[in-house]
Amino acid sequence: MKPSAFDYVRVASVEEALAHLTELGDRARLIAGGQTLMATLNMRLSAPELLVDISRIPGLSGIRLNGSTVTIGALTTHREIERSPLVAQHLPLLAQAAPQIAHAAIRNSGTIGGSVAFADPAAEWPACCVALDATIVIQGPAGGRRVRARTFFRNLYETDLTPTDILVAIEFPVTPLARRSVFLELSRRRGDYAIVGLALLARPAEGLLHEVALAYVGAGPVPMLARQAMAALEGRAPAASVMQAARAALAHDLQPGSDLYTSAATRQHLAGVLLDRAVTQLLSGGAAPHAIA
Amino acid sequence: MTARDELPVQGEHQTLSRGHVGRADPRPNAKRLLQGRGVYIDDLRLPRLAHVVFVRSPHAHARIVSIDSSRARRSPGIIAVFDGPAIAQVCKPWVGVLGHLKGIRSPTQYPLAMERACWQGEPVVAIVGETRAEAEDARDLVEIQWEPLPVLVDMEAALAGLPVLHPELGDNICFERTVDTGDIDAIFAAADLVVEETFHFGRHTGVCPEGRAILADYNPAEHSLTVHHATQAPHMIHDILARHLDIPEANVRVICHDVGGAYGIKVHVYPDEMCTAAVSMLVRRPVKFQADRMESFVSDIHAREHKATVRLAATRDGRILGFDLRDLTAIGPYSVYPRTSGIEGNQVVNLTGGPYRHSHYRARMHAVFTNKNVTCQYRAVGHPIAVAITEGIVDLAAQRLSIDPVEFRRRNLIPDDAYPYAFPSGIRFEKLSHHQCLDKLLELMDYEALRADQARARERGCYRGIGLAAMIEVTNPSAAFYGVGGARISSQDGATLRLEPTGALTVLCSVTEQGQGTETVFAQIAADTVGVSMDKVRVITGDTATTPYGGGTWGSRGAGIGGEAVLQSGRALRANILDAAAAILACDRATLDVADDAVIDRLTLRSLLTLAELGRSCYYRPDTLPAGFQSELMVTRHYVPRDYAFAFTNGIQASWVEVDIDTGFVKLLGHWCVEDCGTVINPLLVDEQLRGGVVQGLGAALFEECRYDQEGQMLNAQLGDYLVPMAGEMPDIVCGHVQTPTRTSELGAKGAGEAGTAGAPAAVMNAINDALAPLAARVTVQPFTPERILAALGRV
Ligand SMILES: Cc1cc2nc3c(=O)[nH]c(=O)nc-3n(C[C@H](O)[C@H](O)[C@H](O)COP(=O)(O)OP(=O)(O)OC[C@H]3O[C@@H](n4cnc5c(N)ncnc54)[C@H](O)[C@@H]3O)c2cc1C
Repeated sequence: MKPSAFDYVRVASVEEALAHLTELGDRARLIAGGQTLMATLNMRLSAPELLVDISRIPGLSGIRLNGSTVTIGALTTHREIERSPLVAQHLPLLAQAAPQIAHAAIRNSGTIGGSVAFADPAAEWPACCVALDATIVIQGPAGGRRVRARTFFRNLYETDLTPTDILVAIEFPVTPLARRSVFLELSRRRGDYAIVGLALLARPAEGLLHEVALAYVGAGPVPMLARQAMAALEGRAPAASVMQAARAALAHDLQPGSDLYTSAATRQHLAGVLLDRAVTQLLSGGAAPHAIA
Repeated sequence: MTARDELPVQGEHQTLSRGHVGRADPRPNAKRLLQGRGVYIDDLRLPRLAHVVFVRSPHAHARIVSIDSSRARRSPGIIAVFDGPAIAQVCKPWVGVLGHLKGIRSPTQYPLAMERACWQGEPVVAIVGETRAEAEDARDLVEIQWEPLPVLVDMEAALAGLPVLHPELGDNICFERTVDTGDIDAIFAAADLVVEETFHFGRHTGVCPEGRAILADYNPAEHSLTVHHATQAPHMIHDILARHLDIPEANVRVICHDVGGAYGIKVHVYPDEMCTAAVSMLVRRPVKFQADRMESFVSDIHAREHKATVRLAATRDGRILGFDLRDLTAIGPYSVYPRTSGIEGNQVVNLTGGPYRHSHYRARMHAVFTNKNVTCQYRAVGHPIAVAITEGIVDLAAQRLSIDPVEFRRRNLIPDDAYPYAFPSGIRFEKLSHHQCLDKLLELMDYEALRADQARARERGCYRGIGLAAMIEVTNPSAAFYGVGGARISSQDGATLRLEPTGALTVLCSVTEQGQGTETVFAQIAADTVGVSMDKVRVITGDTATTPYGGGTWGSRGAGIGGEAVLQSGRALRANILDAAAAILACDRATLDVADDAVIDRLTLRSLLTLAELGRSCYYRPDTLPAGFQSELMVTRHYVPRDYAFAFTNGIQASWVEVDIDTGFVKLLGHWCVEDCGTVINPLLVDEQLRGGVVQGLGAALFEECRYDQEGQMLNAQLGDYLVPMAGEMPDIVCGHVQTPTRTSELGAKGAGEAGTAGAPAAVMNAINDALAPLAARVTVQPFTPERILAALGRV
């Protein structure tokens, strides 16, 4: 199919983009990497009057370390994150998750801003943002604001963003040296959206898990922070009974849905399997931030 | 014995073949395709080209109350809008039945729905625009009032006639067939062991890289129609266009350019394609239709929706006594024209139990109408079903008798020295090689080592399994397949070979090329039989105005039938070349031969006359030739198998998998396929056919399924949700060959294109069940999704 006719403008600044959005509201649509939007246009699932191409706005892309914060510009591609030494060093979780997003060709174009703004609950970046307690930086007609990722995702494809907002960057607190991470997902074919996935962070010390963070992909309408399971693991050694309690807690934490191939019950089961595997992996290594030479 | 030893082209009196046959020559056309220099229908731009798109029924079953296309007509760039009755004015409808499928019935089908639509995706209105985008804009403006009718999606309900879809037929049975060799009940009652299982097969479709496409160019000045078509069977389409559009046969021409995959999808008559030709006549302009991916899913033929219950009786010592089969398949609302939708079920009946020596067989098959997309022949028609039910039940019997599956097969596969062999059901085999293939397979895969690995893995809680699938396949079909039933489908093919003045060789063949490499194979055969080098050969296929008449590509027939026509034609041309050479050289023809692009002295092998020189003399200086001599440097020969209805082939596959019992995920660790396709003309191409086929079979086993809801809506009609197998999940596929050339042709080649697809699903199923055996779990519903495996394990 061909998309219905639309106008197209490539903007050079956030202000210019905001002006178009303010004028047309939801009749205009931002386009970044186009890896989600182009398909919806071609299927005529959405038919905006104007596409506002933000992909060339200077300064909206790149990865910077600022004290204990890594800021990733909205236009940074999945591939840039995957290959960034800075990310590997300070945010190993992102480096673990990146190769599991789609295929290389898509990672070359798709952006972290587009992924987080689109807020697919099956996407990797939103869950990573929640696990790492990132902050979403937003620019709107009335100025800028910062929103914690843990409150940014509101409902299925629904976020704190309004049709006149632009997501400009994401700020990640640097992962402390002793904290390890694991990103695991189950997808039928390499590159597919995951059936279920999880991001786990914890600081193991003398067999105990501390500062546990657990965020799920594909287990609810938004990336799901598994608070009760986190509590069940916090400060404990992951013995069988502890793991059982944590898995049981997932029943409260998650609200998986059913789709063509996987029922909610199966997703819930798989979430528990991944939890076991992630904890085992974390204890046997996981990824740790690199010590600075 | 190798192909070379067997090949008549290198036999007595044929001493000087260059040995292309049997060699892995690369495909000359691969470079063009890889560089993006192929030409597909969507690449064609003709002056005044118009584009047609279709409003398709959003309902699985609904009456058309009214169609208002007034707004669509006024939309920018719209040339015309047509509904069913308007198209029916120029295109005659059809009925998809054949005389030899006794009792098969189907209602009359029109290019566009007339009073009601019977499946979601049925074309209803055709919109012709200056551009595709404009036509699609206007499509959104067509207003159709629908009155929904009861929807029939369930096969069992269809069989029970609840409700009857086509009242004029009285019930929903399109086709039924029964085979009974007698005494089944008594044999089963007395048998030491009877096992029974019900297998379910999900619907799937062949996903062609290039969607279906047609460009119809009607010329009113001469009442002629030139059609550029992505089809496997240009002559069949030629005949159908002529008859249904009332254009003299001589005024029609069908041209295939590069065809981007077909797999049987592009060998049928599609309503939207017939409509496109009709539209071209009505608007008197060239008109193009290119199916997009989403409409392909609801309009390309589907296949393989079956529920089969099979019973096997055996003696205590593991001898199979008989099979008892009950198969039900749903074919959609119409039997597809002209090949019908009865063939798949018919094949399941023909092939079940096929590799094994047994004397009792009973089968009952029903093909029923439903309100889903139509089904028809897709690569390996019926074979994946028959092989899975046979091999699934055979493994179950072996398991019950505690006999190793290899040993069980050894005891029951038809012995290699038992040929010619006939089944109680009437099928005849010329010569098969089941035991040789089995031995070769075990050696390739190192069966014993895998069994040892499996035992060790189990000790650490890792569940691995081995699955075998023996198979027989229908190839090189004679007229028995379609012709005898009244279908105007050619089972013979022809090849014309022309020596050009420079010594180049042009081959025109009626078998077509869709990426499988037929043109390469023909070039090899032509080069060998005439005595020229490969780079001198140019092969032309897919044009009804220039090639000989023939059936095209289907039924694993291209190399075996088309190749033999090329061989015969090549030999005749060589004889003519020798006549000319003898005339030019004024010597005894018997002392001459052709090799390396030259006429040579048979005894000394010395080059006497290059073919370029011979061509120059014959074409430009015939005045120098002896009086009365006329050279004939272009010859045509045809071939059709006559001795057997089909050249049956055989083969066996093995799959080695690991099942993650916590997630239900299956990891394919390895796959092996040993095939006997007779003479292997090009091992590279045969192996790639096997591998590609295996991958399609693995897709069937693990990923692909057209999912429908109760309203008859296809739920996954796009590639994000319809999961095709992708490279990342595919195992290494090791191929091996046993060569038993058919004596029905001099080339000795049988088909190889469908073998991989035929056996792979069964091999994977058996491997999964072997892995799960210690946990007392079994799966029988394809595709084997993680959820289905977890359910079988009682985990969810
Ligand atoms: C075959 C395929 C497989 C895929 N698999 C995965 C996968 O496994 N995991 C995964 O996470 N993703 C997957 N994706 C999606 C991919 O990651 C996309 O790149 C991502 O979802 C969107 O990023 P984009 O830059 O392409 O956004 P676009 O497509 O350009 O935009 C997406 C949406 O976000 C809005 N938007 C974009 N940028 C901004 C911004 N800065 N501020 C506000 N709104 C904005 C747009 O208006 C639009 O509504 C897949 C895509 C494809 C085609």
